[in-house]
Amino acid sequence: MTQLLVKEKTKESAAYWGTGFDRDPPGGGGWGFEEALPSSRYSARIAVWFLLAAIAMLFMAFTSTYLSRRTVADWVPIAAPRILWANTTILLVSSGLLEWSRRALRRGSLWSAQRGFLGTTLLGCTFLAGQILAWRQLVRQGIGLQGSPHGAFFFLLTGAHGLHILGAILALAFVTFSAWKGRYSPGNMEPVDLSATFWHFLDGLWLYLFLLLF
Amino acid sequence: MSAHQTHTVVAHKESFLRRYIFSQDHKIIGIQYYLTSLFMAVVGGILAMLIRLQLGWPGSSGIRPDAYLAFVTMHGTIMIFFFLTTILTGGFGNFLIPLQIGARDMAFPFLNMLSYWLFPPAIIVLLASFFVSGGAPNSGWTAYPPLSALKEAAPGSGLGQTLWLISLAILIVAFLFGSLNYITTVLTLRTRGMSMMRLPLTIWALFITAILSLLAFPVLLAAAVMLLFDRIAGTSFFLPAGLVVGGKLIPSAGGSPLLWQHLFWFLGHPEVYVLILPPMGFVSDILSTFSRKPIFGYKVMVASISAIGFLSFIVWGHHMFVSGMNPWLGTAFMATTLVIAVPSAIKTFNWLATLYKARITISTPMLFALGFVSLFVTGGLTGIFLGSPTIDIQLHDTYFVVAHFHFVMASAALFGVFAGTYYWFPKMFGRMMSERLGRWHFWLTFLGIYATFFPMHYLGIAGMMRRIYSPLLYPHLQPLQPLNVFISVAAFVLGVSQLIFAFNFFWSLFRGEKAPVNPWRANTLEWTAPSPPPHGNWGETLPTVHRWPYDYSVPDAREDYIPQTVPVAVPGARREV
Repeated sequence: MTQLLVKEKTKESAAYWGTGFDRDPPGGGGWGFEEALPSSRYSARIAVWFLLAAIAMLFMAFTSTYLSRRTVADWVPIAAPRILWANTTILLVSSGLLEWSRRALRRGSLWSAQRGFLGTTLLGCTFLAGQILAWRQLVRQGIGLQGSPHGAFFFLLTGAHGLHILGAILALAFVTFSAWKGRYSPGNMEPVDLSATFWHFLDGLWLYLFLLLF
Repeated sequence: MSAHQTHTVVAHKESFLRRYIFSQDHKIIGIQYYLTSLFMAVVGGILAMLIRLQLGWPGSSGIRPDAYLAFVTMHGTIMIFFFLTTILTGGFGNFLIPLQIGARDMAFPFLNMLSYWLFPPAIIVLLASFFVSGGAPNSGWTAYPPLSALKEAAPGSGLGQTLWLISLAILIVAFLFGSLNYITTVLTLRTRGMSMMRLPLTIWALFITAILSLLAFPVLLAAAVMLLFDRIAGTSFFLPAGLVVGGKLIPSAGGSPLLWQHLFWFLGHPEVYVLILPPMGFVSDILSTFSRKPIFGYKVMVASISAIGFLSFIVWGHHMFVSGMNPWLGTAFMATTLVIAVPSAIKTFNWLATLYKARITISTPMLFALGFVSLFVTGGLTGIFLGSPTIDIQLHDTYFVVAHFHFVMASAALFGVFAGTYYWFPKMFGRMMSERLGRWHFWLTFLGIYATFFPMHYLGIAGMMRRIYSPLLYPHLQPLQPLNVFISVAAFVLGVSQLIFAFNFFWSLFRGEKAPVNPWRANTLEWTAPSPPPHGNWGETLPTVHRWPYDYSVPDAREDYIPQTVPVAVPGARREV
């Protein structure tokens, strides 16, 4: 019976490649001996969470270096550039807006979601521009990579965070574009959810770095 | 069945470029990784021969000191990162994971292709360091600063070191893509009935390995970025105050070279398990197949792999006992290090128990699997010596350490590669390798490795330093020179006997006997697919799994093996585990 059903599917179909959504119901955990199929619908979600774990390890390595380097005698703390407070606010608002847009999409209000995603993307760009302004403020005060260890860490950590933000902005831009093309619906918005997970993670990561650095 | 296969093959028509070069098929990517890594093994092997040439005949080899250090550095870097890591996870991992879990491909085939195509650029950047001014880096595969951070420190610390760091950063991204794929594929694309506790141990090992490299490599990436900043932007993350190089005071201040060591070994120790866990998996499956017995203690094996994976993150300090760390901390690292010997020993005893009273078939894969166990035990025992700080203070950075890791990690992992190659070659290329040449290759390699590395223990105890350019520089090392000559000759024999493998590989590729679907009468799923498997691996339907992969010599069963796809209801078959 199963044989018959599967035979009707073409090679291009999701069932053939085993990556589609038609393998419901998902397997019950897949740890026991029951004849169940693990679910492939969570593939992308699992990959994103493991990616976040890898990024967390990257920043953990920076953190441990920072904490031990800070105890050395030549450490002269620098003041936080004031614009960072504005940048932080922008990033928090963007996360809120992204949540609001996701809810709008889940309600079926595509029009609001489209504007919301666009707004989030633009706020993300603004945050990045703000970070660059912060860099310029420091450079104008004569704080660069050389000579000021605290400054070096500031540039390193904001730079590494900024590169990830840049990647996330590209993801958000893709989501915005797709939303405008009308590709999402309340039941079909996985890229939105994944980008949101990534964005909120980077938002949290920034709060952590801000607290760590100053 | 065969009609379906033909259909599948014909239906999948793509250009040569899409099919063999920029392929998204896990088998092609696996073979690409495999062959590229073999090429790097040749490069790394030639460097090893040059190192032995210098150490055997220091006066007349014609190798300059900085070139010698460059060879040592590149030999280690290539063999660890560009050969063993890539061939085991990129090569075998890609080929085997979908085939053994019953999937048609990886979860993210495009990401998989990207992962492979980051590998050749990393190689080009790495090998380019040989040809820039100053040559390849001199600082060893561990790249300790300040040697690796200051351009003035050594000839190879110039552009060569920068290229080394960039190359490693590229490769880390490739590993990251690969690991994400392996983890996700194992978690989500297993076929019907393939529960986690029915996975072959090869898959368990590759799965835990992927988690290790995913969590450990970002730390090396962070360290590499900071070292690059120290080199290029004038920061001082790792550079202390008061460094004088060539009579010139270096302006840096406040950094700590020890920090690099911590970060490096936080990666470095999980990395050696990235090299040894996959061979442990291969060996478990091969020993079981050729013993015609279930693997002894499957669940304990899974637990041991996981325990080793976890513990590998908290033992890194044992590489740094002589760095002046707090003795209490050293004791803690000693404790974790000795604890990791427990799951390793459990695995070894389980392999021996699998062999106990078995009807063993001796074949080349089996010989290499048995050789693996031997090398792993020899290297593991010296690990217990080195894990103790008091003994390590004496033996640190001597040839004892070189002997230790060449047994437990390098040779054992190499034997895993060979065992895996002889075992899965029929599935990869559809032809059998020559058994006769395989046995010659095994015995020469096995004896060659013991003859090369075993005397190094003695050299180390006698005080010969690791990475020393010429043993004749110190009076207390001069009497050891005959032994160094012996080791060099053994190493050359070992090197030349790899030509047997190369010949066997390429000859069998074109002239080997055609392989049946299941030449070893094994149970795992890849042996139900045609040899070599077509695009999509199986015909129209994926196999369904009904049992664990170790039903060998089941009492009253018609055959002495029952593949995972055979339903439990078959008369006489026993309900599993």
